[in-house]
Amino acid sequence: MDLSKENMDALLGFLKQTKDREATCDDCLAAMAEFAETHLAGKTIPESLKAIEDHLEICAECKEEFETLLTALRKM
Amino acid sequence: MAVETDWIERLSGESSARDAALADLRELLRAKLRHAFASSGDDFIEDITQDALLKIHSQLDAFEGRSKFTTWALTIAVRVGYTELRRMRWKDVSLEQVTENSASVDAGRVDSQNEPAASAARKQLVEAVHTIIDENLTQKQRDVLQAELAGMPQEEIGRRLGMNRNAIYKLTYDARKKLKKELERRGFSQEDLSTD
Repeated sequence: MDLSKENMDALLGFLKQTKDREATCDDCLAAMAEFAETHLAGKTIPESLKAIEDHLEICAECKEEFETLLTALRKM
Repeated sequence: MAVETDWIERLSGESSARDAALADLRELLRAKLRHAFASSGDDFIEDITQDALLKIHSQLDAFEGRSKFTTWALTIAVRVGYTELRRMRWKDVSLEQVTENSASVDAGRVDSQNEPAASAARKQLVEAVHTIIDENLTQKQRDVLQAELAGMPQEEIGRRLGMNRNAIYKLTYDARKKLKKELERRGFSQEDLSTD
């Protein structure tokens, strides 16, 4: 399996962010509402939500959903 | 419109109260989803609003009260919307097409990593990553990783492999951990992974 420069760079970026323990997409969904409210309130992200913050950095799909959620919440 | 504390009680209550709560929630979700998926048509919004309502109602026990109920409900609705959007966007694409196309494009680009401008350290790192992928990952991990790097959403990869999105995430997470650990064993540091 050969990787293009772009894909190799993307993979190296993922590897750099890879941790011994990570939140999964299900973990992220379960905590996303709390994370979004904390984010919109401008509060510091508590330790209990750090894994969600890390997950959003590495999971493009959860990140896309989170940003759309923020867009919708800002209209509330 | 129900206040936040009423939602669970009303949605779990007698039929008339439940129907009224569902109608309120439908109205709220529909309005928010129109903003969230502004480029999608009314039919799409109606469909995902209905699907989200069913999902939310069946998962009321999962609401832990760590946020407003409406934020939690909207989170589920947004995921329902994206799940459907991704399904529609990728419905005619097979996993084999993605990995084959990616492989054929990659084959033409590999040489760019061998240009003189690329540092010796970068070449060693790239070679090591390719070797570890070939020798330490399973075929399924390689296929999923390649499809992900080609842009196919995890849930669409999962749909083709009979796995859910969470299982796909865990599969590639295990692959990443294996890759990183093996790179460290071969002497590469966290700093070496920088792409600058």
